[in-house]
Amino acid sequence: MFKILKHQKLGPKMQLMKLDAPFVAKKAEAGQFVIIRVYEKGERIPLTIADFNREKGTITIVFQEIGKSTHFLATKQAGGYISDVLGPLGNPTDIEYFGNVICIGGGIGVAPVYPLSRKLKQKGNKVTSIIGYRSKNYVFWEDEMKNASNKVLLATNDGTYGEKGFVTDILKKLMDEEKQIDRIFAIGPAIMMKAVANMTKERGIKTIISLNSIMVCGMGMCGACRVTVEGKTKFTCADGPDFDAHLVDFDILMKRLNTYKDEEKISFEKWKAEVDYYEES
Amino acid sequence: MKNLNKKQVPMQEQSAKERKNNFNEVPLGYSKKEALLESSRCLQCPTHPCIEGCPVHINIPNFIKAIKEDNVQLAIDIIHESDSLPAVTGRVCPQEDQCQAVCIMGKAGDPIAIGRLERYAADWDLQNRKEGKIKLPAKGKLNNKNVAIVGSGPSGLACAGDLVKKGYNVTVFEGFHKTGGVLIYGIPEFRLPKSIVQEEINMLNKLGIKITTDVLIGRTMTIPSLLKDGFSAVFIGAGAGLPSFMHIPGENLAGVYSANEFLTRVNLMKAYKFPQYDTPIKIAKRVAVIGGGNVAMDSARTALRLGAEHVSLIYRRSRKEMPARNEEILHAEEEGIDFRLLTNPIRYIGNEKGFVKSVECIKMQLGEKDKSGRRRPVPIDDSKFTLDMDQIIVAIGTTPNPIIPRTTAGLKTGRHGVIWADEDGATNIKGIFAGGDIVTGAATVITAMGAGRLAAASINKYLKGNI
Ligand SMILES: Cc1cc2nc3c(=O)[nH]c(=O)nc-3n(C[C@H](O)[C@H](O)[C@H](O)COP(=O)(O)OP(=O)(O)OC[C@H]3O[C@@H](n4cnc5c(N)ncnc54)[C@H](O)[C@@H]3O)c2cc1C
Ligand SMILES: Cc1cc2nc3c(=O)[nH]c(=O)nc-3n(C[C@H](O)[C@H](O)[C@H](O)COP(=O)(O)OP(=O)(O)OC[C@H]3O[C@@H](n4cnc5c(N)ncnc54)[C@H](O)[C@@H]3O)c2cc1C
Ligand code: FES
Repeated sequence: MFKILKHQKLGPKMQLMKLDAPFVAKKAEAGQFVIIRVYEKGERIPLTIADFNREKGTITIVFQEIGKSTHFLATKQAGGYISDVLGPLGNPTDIEYFGNVICIGGGIGVAPVYPLSRKLKQKGNKVTSIIGYRSKNYVFWEDEMKNASNKVLLATNDGTYGEKGFVTDILKKLMDEEKQIDRIFAIGPAIMMKAVANMTKERGIKTIISLNSIMVCGMGMCGACRVTVEGKTKFTCADGPDFDAHLVDFDILMKRLNTYKDEEKISFEKWKAEVDYYEES
Repeated sequence: MKNLNKKQVPMQEQSAKERKNNFNEVPLGYSKKEALLESSRCLQCPTHPCIEGCPVHINIPNFIKAIKEDNVQLAIDIIHESDSLPAVTGRVCPQEDQCQAVCIMGKAGDPIAIGRLERYAADWDLQNRKEGKIKLPAKGKLNNKNVAIVGSGPSGLACAGDLVKKGYNVTVFEGFHKTGGVLIYGIPEFRLPKSIVQEEINMLNKLGIKITTDVLIGRTMTIPSLLKDGFSAVFIGAGAGLPSFMHIPGENLAGVYSANEFLTRVNLMKAYKFPQYDTPIKIAKRVAVIGGGNVAMDSARTALRLGAEHVSLIYRRSRKEMPARNEEILHAEEEGIDFRLLTNPIRYIGNEKGFVKSVECIKMQLGEKDKSGRRRPVPIDDSKFTLDMDQIIVAIGTTPNPIIPRTTAGLKTGRHGVIWADEDGATNIKGIFAGGDIVTGAATVITAMGAGRLAAASINKYLKGNI
């Protein structure tokens, strides 16, 4: 059992939890994730390690309530426990001195971008972060991102805060302005990562993304997380989760993500009917 | 031999019609009467080839004699000398290729049903344990030396069991949240009830083995860090879990599973009880399983039990070459699995949503013998055809997971990434031992268990300074 040390609501259907997981914290690096199971009958849910404290033995996860599992997780309070935390999984992001770097985080993707930009900055890179949210009330970790970057550009889709538009709108402007961009990192919904990849491919800027394929084991034993990269089959959990954006087949990825749409709906509806405290927000 | 019954005493089993709709165990085991009858068929021949035929050399004639004399306690004690998981091996060992293949009785009639008798003794023992009549094996003097075991499959559990009995402090590290390896996440409930595996693990717990789940060695900790953190020796029993694919077009369409994923969802995550359990599985109407081994049979029969209307098994050689146990092939046939032999998939075709909708196959014929001694399948020109399918389960084998070799500097590996170990189970690095599927490639429960026990003996020698 793993103890929940802190639970904070970051925005609509966006939650932060700090977990007591000393083994994971000891080895965690930017780019890695954990697989958690909330309770005995629960699914194995992959979530990025958004922050960690080696001395205190804690890790932080930030997640969006989407279906049954993440909604159920959100009902757990500080002081309570979840069944399993396995990690750190996946390969750490390859971080060195690149020069002029852009980090892009979309929505919940801002959380995993945070330790990444922090480490990139520590390595002496000039880090410009572009963070995008649906609307003003979804904005989280703006200050954290400011600390972890040299410059932060913020967008909301509806224009209620920061610039109006998508992260790709800002990226386009930046690419037009900046003479030299040495590397781009992008984490967010698959559709966003695909859009970024298409833009940077034309300019030949090396772009790294973190894939969120469906997983079961997280240890390279089941093959659920397969993606097609450069025409070859790769396992996101063992070979990734970072990949060169220009080599990833996003269409297959997005289709595979829909595999369990019908089943997830059944599960969620059943759960909603069981809990009296479920509220739409 | 004239007074002896040439036929094996049959074992009761659920009828094919009934069992297709449930996950309960198929063969129901011998009653006392049946066990006495079957054991009395044993000639107690002086050459006892069965012992040689058993990978761990169980003293088969002696335990059968004990059953015949209705001394089941003695029978199980004899079995336990060589086999630490008899309730498991009695169910899943390929006896017909091992001990029973060389049984003298087999020359004139059926060989003795050694596996069924082993199961009988083991189930008797488990029942006693459940009723609280436990006889814990004797333990050696505690010696304050720590040994780490990586993986909780049959090799790891067997190694742990022997070492704890010799007085070592044993910690098993398991990546999954549950202990048991393939016995838990691979082999389905209808062939190996999970409560049996659990009972064996409870026994190890009572002996004082520490089991830590949710630790992936190579990521959470590494083998070098274990050695640094106070473990004097490490046994690696991590299995061969990395699924192979054929690298044909359409393999990553939604609805195409590796057998590992399919079986893990169903067995470990209990997707057959979805939505009572949260992990989903697609219930397909038409399923194609690719392969001809135990894993393929298990996948096909599982798909059927989940509610598939039609399950085809696509295998590139003929029935004779199938690596699966004969009993499992028969069970699959009885349950109505449609065997498509001498057939190979060449392409999966998807619908507009990216879900698989059909598989294109090619007919095969058998050519010259290959290295495995089996005739090689060769495609027949112009024999392509298409089958409509909404789920594919690829069961063409697994290789060792590379995560441990990648994170253990200097560890010697061999073909397909197996870890190299000598005949004593020692790797090329001092203090590190290995055995089971990670050394042999995908094999059997009993060989994995044997390797675990052998390594335990070597670790004991090593830690006592005899190596
Ligand atoms: C390496 C990795 C890191 C991730 N990091 C984060 C994170 O930091 N924060 C966050 O909010 N989300 C993250 N995700 C996604 C998160 O795992 C899913 O949102 C979650 O599993 C949804 O579960 P659910 O039952 O609530 O929703 P469901 O209704 O079950 O699923 C909704 C959608 O989520 C995706 N999904 C479902 N199950 C899985 C699964 N087992 N693995 C991956 N995707 C799945 C599918 O696209 C599905 O259609 C990450 C995924 C991966 C693979
Ligand atoms: C579906 C199926 C059916 C089978 N049917 C039969 C049969 O009928 N008869 C038969 O004899 N054999 C059968 N086998 C084969 C048999 O199960 C294996 O040969 C045997 O389980 C191998 O044992 P093992 O201890 O080497 O590894 P495994 O049973 O694979 O156990 C390895 C364990 O190590 C864990 N692990 C792996 N890497 C790490 C790591 N880095 N850190 C921590 N833990 C780790 C895994 O999670 C797993 O629990 C079958 C296999 C399958 C998949
Ligand atoms: S999630 Fe199982 S192999 Fe990647």
